[in-house]
Amino acid sequence: MEEEYDVIVLGTGLTECVLSGLLSVEGKKVLHMDRNDYYGGESASLNLTQLYRKFRDGSEPPSHLGRDRDYSIDLIPKFMMANEELVKVLTHTDVTRYLEFKQIEGSYVYRDGRVAKVPANEMEAVTSSLIGLFEKRRLKKFLEFIQKWSDSDPSTHQGIDLDRMQMADVFKKFGLEAGTQDLVGHAMALYPNDNYLYRPARETYERIVLYVSSVARYGKSPYIYPLYGLGELPQGFARLSAIYGGTYMLDKPVDEILYDDEGKFKGVRSGEEKAYAKQVIGDPSYFPEKVKTVGRVIRAICLLKHPIPNTSDVNSVQLIIPQNQIGRKHDIYVACVSATHNVCAKGYYLAIVSTVVETDIPEKEIVPGLQLLGPIDEKYVSVSNINVPVDDGTKDQVFISKSYDASSHFVSIYDDICDMYKRITGSELVLKRRPRQDEEQATSAGQ
Amino acid sequence: MAAVRSSGPGAGKVFNFKLVLLGESAVGKSSLVMRFVKDQFDDFRESTIGAAFFTQSVPVDDNTTVKFEIWDTAGQERYKSLAPMYYRNAQCAVVVYDITQAASFEKAKNWVKELQRQADPDIVIALVGNKNDLASRRAVTTDESQAYANEAHLLFQEASAKTGANVNELFKSIAKKMPLESQKQGQKGLRNSSATNRPSVDLNNANTPPSGNCAC
Repeated sequence: MEEEYDVIVLGTGLTECVLSGLLSVEGKKVLHMDRNDYYGGESASLNLTQLYRKFRDGSEPPSHLGRDRDYSIDLIPKFMMANEELVKVLTHTDVTRYLEFKQIEGSYVYRDGRVAKVPANEMEAVTSSLIGLFEKRRLKKFLEFIQKWSDSDPSTHQGIDLDRMQMADVFKKFGLEAGTQDLVGHAMALYPNDNYLYRPARETYERIVLYVSSVARYGKSPYIYPLYGLGELPQGFARLSAIYGGTYMLDKPVDEILYDDEGKFKGVRSGEEKAYAKQVIGDPSYFPEKVKTVGRVIRAICLLKHPIPNTSDVNSVQLIIPQNQIGRKHDIYVACVSATHNVCAKGYYLAIVSTVVETDIPEKEIVPGLQLLGPIDEKYVSVSNINVPVDDGTKDQVFISKSYDASSHFVSIYDDICDMYKRITGSELVLKRRPRQDEEQATSAGQ
Repeated sequence: MAAVRSSGPGAGKVFNFKLVLLGESAVGKSSLVMRFVKDQFDDFRESTIGAAFFTQSVPVDDNTTVKFEIWDTAGQERYKSLAPMYYRNAQCAVVVYDITQAASFEKAKNWVKELQRQADPDIVIALVGNKNDLASRRAVTTDESQAYANEAHLLFQEASAKTGANVNELFKSIAKKMPLESQKQGQKGLRNSSATNRPSVDLNNANTPPSGNCAC
């Protein structure tokens, strides 16, 4: 590693690996290190041995769980929305070729003490068991308004200015009840709290469109999920980087960050070795003195031997408990996948319950989520700080990603990637389709 | 000696298999593939840049073609940083050593162990002694390698990416060893392959266009 690079990247979380891949494709010489002996950092998917190292002090996993290699357990629960920007990054860089995605089979919401399917469009709204007869008509009218909205056609606006009117007032205009607002704002627009009500309606409009168009893309739910777990995503982007010359070193402790006299980044030291570069990218854990904590998330990884009750026995589901339903300030999310996704042994289901911590007893806060799961076979709980960089990195050329938040999708990660890319390179991220240099040409060029 | 040709689509059944390359850096993994796929050799080829993977077809008989999707390490083996993704669904592996470097043969044995630990138990493994053209500098005998291959149930071939000797034969022997009859298309085919029939989603090809906006 005793060399000069353009960029050194510390930690192989998703944000770091996407940036590493994009920069390598652009011809930057990248050194990518991780102190762990596995890819993914905080966004890794772990096998049983790694899981028990992390949550059970390295004790032996119980034998009834089966083979180590059958497990690939996400530390951060998230589902990708079929139409979100990160999917475009995957297709444009061709990283999709290393991955295989499946649909998440259901999108459910908790309301008035029971679990019900989230209606995906105005047709489903009419038949939903969640909503009373008159309210159905109002919700249908609201969803039709969203569907038909066109910026250039004032006749679709119904007197609403999305950029000026607060979302609360739009709801009022359509006469939607509080429970229906929860459904729209939390289960479709996927807001974790109610702050959106008092912001211009445009943002909520866009999030509902993302939800609805994502459902329309594959059918059952707006979500897709990679086989073998989310840890495949950083691995795929790391491979992209390596293919374009990126150097990878796992299991490599970072002992010192080196700065010049003006406090600008100069290099890193690992043991006796040093590597130099003009810029460094890293997750917050590599720069404890340059980040601050803005919140905490609790996540409970639960192994079940059955699907989540009341979800039509689907093998995968997103279940949202809106804050208002249980007297909280933040929603509780339950993300469930199963052996079908090659993340756990046959017969098992993997449900992760998570929320933003509001009290001193976070474990108590997720009880409403745990109660919906039925009997829990094994449970692994973590409380993590949400850390963000103190500075934007332009002064010291240290570019630090944000911790993965409690949100249920990748929108905030993509935003962080774009934002960091701009600060690192000085230009906006423009996705170009990677030229394919592979077999089709190779075969015809062969003899 | 027939050159390996792609028989093109429509010529009988095509079976897809993921093949991974393993071995110490600089033993000639990529060179073997370049010889096999493009029939080219570059003396000064450094590391592998820009190629995700190659595919090449090998006709097994008149009605059957084996199509390999060949994954290169992209240099990630150098600091023991190959991702588990690399081994996933690999149905065959070519483990390469350099016949002039005894240490690379020992490394090859370690890669075989790694495959037995991480990969599908039914994986077909071929051990390849590359740089057969440098016989005068040989440091690993054919007998020693053959004995090890027999004991570990591996296919074995000495070859030269530089002269092309035994390269096509190598891939042909792997193709013949692949379990064509028992290939479970629903379970073990290639990722994102149109040949397989799995209920997975193709991100490049939406079933239905996003609703709402104009469809023109």
